[in-house]
Amino acid sequence: MAALTTPSFSIDEFLQQEREKDLLRFSTAGSVDDGKSTLIGRLLYDTQSVYEDQVRSIQGKGTTAPGQIDFALLTDGLRAEREQGITIDVAYRYFSTARRKFIIADTPGHEQYTRNMVTGASTADAAVVLIDASKGVLLQSRRHAYIASLLRVRHVLVAVNKMDLIGYDQAAFRAIERDFSLLLEQIAADTGSPVESIFVPVSALAGDNIVHRSKAMLWYSGPSLLELLEALPSSLDTRAEPFRFPVQRVLRPDHSFRGFAGQIASGTVRPGDRVTVLPSGRSAEVSRIVTYDGDLAEAYAPLSVTLVLNRELDISRGDLIVLADAPATVAKSVKAALVWMDRRPLELHRRYLLKHTSQTAPAFLSSIEHRTNIGTFSHEPAETLEMNGIGVVTLNLLRPIALDLYGENRGTGAFILIDAETNSTAAAGMITTASSYETEGSHIHAGAWGPVTAGERAARWGHRGGVLELSGPTELIDAIERSLFAAGAISNRIEADDDAFLLHPSLLEIVTEMQIQSGLLALVVHENDSGTLMARAEDRQLTLDANDPLKAVSAVHQLLHSTGILIFFEKADL
Amino acid sequence: MPAAESEISLPPPPTSATAPPRLSHLRLLEAESIHILREVASEFERPVMLYSIGKDSSVMLRLAQKAFYPGPIPFPLLHVDTGFKFAEMLTFRDAMARSAGAELLVWRNEGAIAAGTNPIVLDTKRCCGLLKTQALLDALRHYNFDAAFGGARRDEEKSRAKERIYSFRDSAGQWDPKNQRPELWNLYNARIHPGESIRVFPLSNWTEMDVWQYIHEEKIPVVDLYFAKERLMYVRGDALLPIEQAFVARPGEQPQLVKSRLRSLGCSPCTGAIRSDADTIPAIIAELLSFRSSERANRTIDHDQEGSMEIKKREGYF
Ligand SMILES: Nc1nc2c(ncn2[C@@H]2O[C@H](COP(=O)(O)OP(=O)(O)O)[C@@H](O)[C@H]2O)c(=O)[nH]1
Repeated sequence: MAALTTPSFSIDEFLQQEREKDLLRFSTAGSVDDGKSTLIGRLLYDTQSVYEDQVRSIQGKGTTAPGQIDFALLTDGLRAEREQGITIDVAYRYFSTARRKFIIADTPGHEQYTRNMVTGASTADAAVVLIDASKGVLLQSRRHAYIASLLRVRHVLVAVNKMDLIGYDQAAFRAIERDFSLLLEQIAADTGSPVESIFVPVSALAGDNIVHRSKAMLWYSGPSLLELLEALPSSLDTRAEPFRFPVQRVLRPDHSFRGFAGQIASGTVRPGDRVTVLPSGRSAEVSRIVTYDGDLAEAYAPLSVTLVLNRELDISRGDLIVLADAPATVAKSVKAALVWMDRRPLELHRRYLLKHTSQTAPAFLSSIEHRTNIGTFSHEPAETLEMNGIGVVTLNLLRPIALDLYGENRGTGAFILIDAETNSTAAAGMITTASSYETEGSHIHAGAWGPVTAGERAARWGHRGGVLELSGPTELIDAIERSLFAAGAISNRIEADDDAFLLHPSLLEIVTEMQIQSGLLALVVHENDSGTLMARAEDRQLTLDANDPLKAVSAVHQLLHSTGILIFFEKADL
Repeated sequence: MPAAESEISLPPPPTSATAPPRLSHLRLLEAESIHILREVASEFERPVMLYSIGKDSSVMLRLAQKAFYPGPIPFPLLHVDTGFKFAEMLTFRDAMARSAGAELLVWRNEGAIAAGTNPIVLDTKRCCGLLKTQALLDALRHYNFDAAFGGARRDEEKSRAKERIYSFRDSAGQWDPKNQRPELWNLYNARIHPGESIRVFPLSNWTEMDVWQYIHEEKIPVVDLYFAKERLMYVRGDALLPIEQAFVARPGEQPQLVKSRLRSLGCSPCTGAIRSDADTIPAIIAELLSFRSSERANRTIDHDQEGSMEIKKREGYF
């Protein structure tokens, strides 16, 4: 592997040097056959990051001329792909040089391309976009550049590959540079996020300008691709930005300690700092920054730490701790760019869960503003987004969350949507507009002047209209009603054994139906002293042991979830 | 936007006088792993940490101590014991769990062990299938665990390079490489249906070198078998075979004292040793730098079949 131990080699010096190494993550993408696998294989091989047995295992195989190693095989992955001779997913590769450790998110240029590129770009500090010099700029390269910009990958290195095939011609390289730069400007205009790009002429096969500077292109006096990767600033450094700390977990091992564990999303914190907890808006002072290795005098992104505050506040997982003088937005409605990732297309008013920082909240897509055509960058009206589709939507949430715009903060501006029924990851989202919850008041559904719809009620209340029939002991029914109330449900209890209903059986039906129409959760109850509880919603019925109230309450919630009446889903809500 | 000609100059390297202290790659990896451990502990009902006694498990265990400090580790450790582990490993395992204050569960496929399952009678693949994969699946089902941490890294093997951090398994514990969820940013989708589970790999982004450096920096204890010592070995061609249970010597074979160590810990019949003088962690790191072959090359199990790791994973292995 790297740096062979030479006589002058000192392990202590080596370890010292390693201690100072940082980390850069970059993604790669190109069209099929642009030479991406070859380029990565070359980077790994020339930085001595592959073992001899791995090189031996690919010698004499592949598509290159006899005697020449097919570097593409070094990065080949799963069996299914080997059989088809393609890569179909994001693969992660590791190598390091004397200055840096690198993580490559290697994303293929075909099948599910957008989905994979977005995944790779989401954690990348830089993107390497490949262009085949003999073919010029193809759709896939445009797409990758667009995604890099949309995902706010700050640096784009454009590797113009296969220069050997065009006689290392400077004019052809310049033409590609010109065309692609124009394209990047168009992209920046659409996404609102300028990209810093650097063009490098390379031959992955021959090794020109990959690790070593090329002797075949003396007209190019710039650094090699690897030299550029070593020199790029890592965007992980967000210490100067506003402090954001999503609470992952409350640690309270005993009565004397209560700490909030999380990973700092951005900024810096010190003991004595005044912080605000969102969305509640309550403030306190940081008294300690606790770690296993001792208390810290200062902590910054992306460290994982535990904060202790100077007073007892009601804080739980999903809350966001921010510096008091740099608050985040608390919103219940946002506009966001979405990249659709699921085979099942977007459906308005389908139940989705939004996972944002450390919280999961039910979300409703109320409208699609437009879909973006990546070929032309034009905005088209759309009813849905299919897999790999990109568009802007309006999302409503059941309860307010603390957030930033993605353009300002990747950590608190990004989210994923999860299909509540299939559990698949449906979309990647980037918040582009959000207005503060307090100031927007009742204008959440601004623009709609007609009657309030069932969908809007459901979006606000977290359930649709429905009937839950309960028969059992009063205390248990009280407990169920209370637990639904605590979860935010708007319910109304109807005593079915009331004289009025006994006298006019059809009255019960009418009353119940009216409540369903108004989106209420109607609890139709029969109180009795039996040891069991019968619960029915729609066509499902449960008989439960009334002596285990906790279990019964949770089973009733599950019942309501399974019938789709109750939409909020989190453990915390139970 | 591009410079006018190719007059691209490299930004000056940050000097320690002007630049704020940078976080080293180990601190960054540590922060990421702790985040993952906390997410899983908060979002799953019954997580468990697979503890395999090796160096990666040792690092994972330390990260778990850090993630929940000053509280205890909020999930048990599970060791799948094949009955062929080196005796030193088991002593070490019990001591580590005790010092970390973690609950340790040990699971053995007693039926298969009693039936005399071993890699010499069966082939390696079927032996692993019974003693490791089947035992693991049985244990997860028995305790009803819905998330299991494993110490696997993406740099270990080709098919691992695409593995997710949250690796989704169906209700039979099986892995479908085509049906994995995309993972964006640090937002992990933890939602599963009853019966389904996930395997979680908090060390996904670590390399073998990172693991050793971290062990060195953090002074994490590892099993003595990793350090070179004079050990009794059977020498077969290039291979050094340690003497433990189930070893069948060939006629005329005599054990010899060889200064050697294990590079990765597996079951004794299937783990070869390497000749080495590396008896400290820095010496192991120096040796690693000079290595010309990958870590798993001395694990016989992966050589059975091309892509054998992938097949094992599909069947439910880590
Ligand atoms: N002449 C030449 N061929 C190249 C170069 N880079 C890659 N290739 C060849 O182009 C083909 C596709 O390369 P590969 O790396 O598999 O492309 P991928 O589909 O983008 O991963 C292979 O036959 C490579 O040998 C290059 O710089 N010059």
